Amino acid sequence: MRNTFSEVLYQEASRNPDIYIVVADISPAGSMSKFSMQYPERFINVGVAEQSMIGICAGLALKGCRPFAYTIATFSLYRPFEMVRDDLCYQNLPVTVVGMGAGVIYSTLGGTHHTMEDIAIAGAIPNMQIVAPCDPAECTEATRWCAQQKNGPVYLRIGKAGEPDLTRGADPWVFGKLRYLRRGADVCILTYGVITKMAMALADRLAARGKSVSVVSVHTVKPLDCEGIIAALSGHRHVIVIEEHVPQGGLAPQTKQIAWDIHAECRLDTFTLQDHFIHNYGSHDDLLAAHGLSIAKIAQRIGLD
Amino acid sequence: MKASIPARANSFDEALARERCRRYRRRILDISQQVSALHIGSAYSCTEIVDCMYHALIRNNANGSPRDTFLMSKGHGCMIQYVILEELGILSRADLDAYCTPNGRLGVHPDYGSPGIVAATGSLGHGLSMACGMALAEKGRKTGNVIYTVLSDGEVQEGSTWEAVMMASSLRCDNLVAAVDNNDFQSLGRTSETHPSFYPLLDKFRAFGWEAVEVDGHDSRAIFEAVTEREGSRPFMLVAKTTKGKGVSYMENVPIWHYRSPNKDEYSRAVEELEAAR
Ligand SMILES: Cc1ncc(C[n+]2csc(CCOP(=O)(O)OP(=O)(O)O)c2C)c(N)n1
Ligand SMILES: [Mg+2]
Repeated sequence: MRNTFSEVLYQEASRNPDIYIVVADISPAGSMSKFSMQYPERFINVGVAEQSMIGICAGLALKGCRPFAYTIATFSLYRPFEMVRDDLCYQNLPVTVVGMGAGVIYSTLGGTHHTMEDIAIAGAIPNMQIVAPCDPAECTEATRWCAQQKNGPVYLRIGKAGEPDLTRGADPWVFGKLRYLRRGADVCILTYGVITKMAMALADRLAARGKSVSVVSVHTVKPLDCEGIIAALSGHRHVIVIEEHVPQGGLAPQTKQIAWDIHAECRLDTFTLQDHFIHNYGSHDDLLAAHGLSIAKIAQRIGLD
Repeated sequence: MKASIPARANSFDEALARERCRRYRRRILDISQQVSALHIGSAYSCTEIVDCMYHALIRNNANGSPRDTFLMSKGHGCMIQYVILEELGILSRADLDAYCTPNGRLGVHPDYGSPGIVAATGSLGHGLSMACGMALAEKGRKTGNVIYTVLSDGEVQEGSTWEAVMMASSLRCDNLVAAVDNNDFQSLGRTSETHPSFYPLLDKFRAFGWEAVEVDGHDSRAIFEAVTEREGSRPFMLVAKTTKGKGVSYMENVPIWHYRSPNKDEYSRAVEELEAAR
């Protein structure tokens, strides 16, 4: 995803001289070297200084430019939090804060590099929009949208590398709208970001048991497509939320709230990271499993095995 | 005035230090073959500094437990700390064998709660403030204990580092000894090229009221002498000129070795070089 991001940003930057990227000693690979060679004055590396990264983006935006801030998700959102809130959100500036490798993707790097609360944190700030693509193609759409939108700040939550294509043949990507990656009549899985891969595999398992399954990419986490969620809750007997985020403040509690408000009659199961820091290492899948997020554990909890 | 810091040993054995550092580099190299990434260049860069702190500067209590504290502010360089803790018997061989695996308790950054680790680091720019707080606590209890910490030069760019630099001297933390692993490299290249205004570094610490000395960060005796001979009435900063990847020629000053593990062939070449240095 990060390579896709840099390729699309490069394309957008060649069309729009107001596009800047400000990085904090971490840069996407791939086309970012083309970007920095061709537009050195629009590629700024502040060094290991994330607060300044956000402040400089704010200044650029106050003068009409369209900056992107980029580093590992914990460092792009948590470290400079108040700069994000005051400089970007309070002033409602069209700056994209890219959080790379969010969730527990940095699985051997430990708790300091895990981004488990970013949706709650970014989502709590007025004016902030959140987009979390599930595969490289969705990352292309999302990045292009971020480069062109004028609403205000965006937190763009992306993965790292090697994400499979999941959206071939899906409906077109539209900001603020749920996107069905497959459509079924019985079960609906709501998810977003890198863990969508697990949702697709779960859907295959359910389908093998004769269930007709929808999988929905909730790529725009804020503003949430409430109408779309209502339709999903009303149109399926069983709705499952899978998200790589702590239980509070993400898609799971928001879906429950909507379900309560509309007196939804479907069964609703939510699967999230745990509300505690784990001190485990291993692969990304190992970490997710340690939090209870694996096909086997989910299948067991929904009575599939 | 030579303040609160009596030298632990009155003689410093350079040959022993050199052999220890060679052994540690070799052990890190061996562990690199278990994983795809481990910040080998970052650990090699500060090998002599961390070795000197553990073996020549930190004093022990009568029961053998450390009196002084070591905090790895540049958490990503902790492989050197792990192998020293292994040799000291604080971490086990099994701990290092299970590095970064679901069965183990050690990851790429030091985690509070692991044996020998006094604070969780990994996000840069936290260590100096925590070390300052620890130094303050020791002062409050009048223990005379010293806090040692190692920062990376990239980390010194964080605003929070400078907040701590100002506070540590305002609070007169004379029991705080910090080193900057000044290797001129960070993730995206050579600092002197990307951030020329970062230099000169020594004067910046002095301007904030620190006692600061520049040394060759791979000269163990020079490190030892600079710290033990400090005047000692203010926090002390060792600006250590180092080479990222020091000890394996093809890693030296080559950015990919910030993170990557050597492949089989690269491993053998590195072994040869480290063995030849015996
Ligand atoms: C706050 C923060 N921002 C970014 C990073 C990612 N990161 C890890 S190491 C590093 C820079 C490496 O260079 P330097 O700090 O000089 O360390 P060394 O050369 O000793 O390896 C960066 C940017 C981080 N760990 N923490
Ligand atoms: Mg460095």
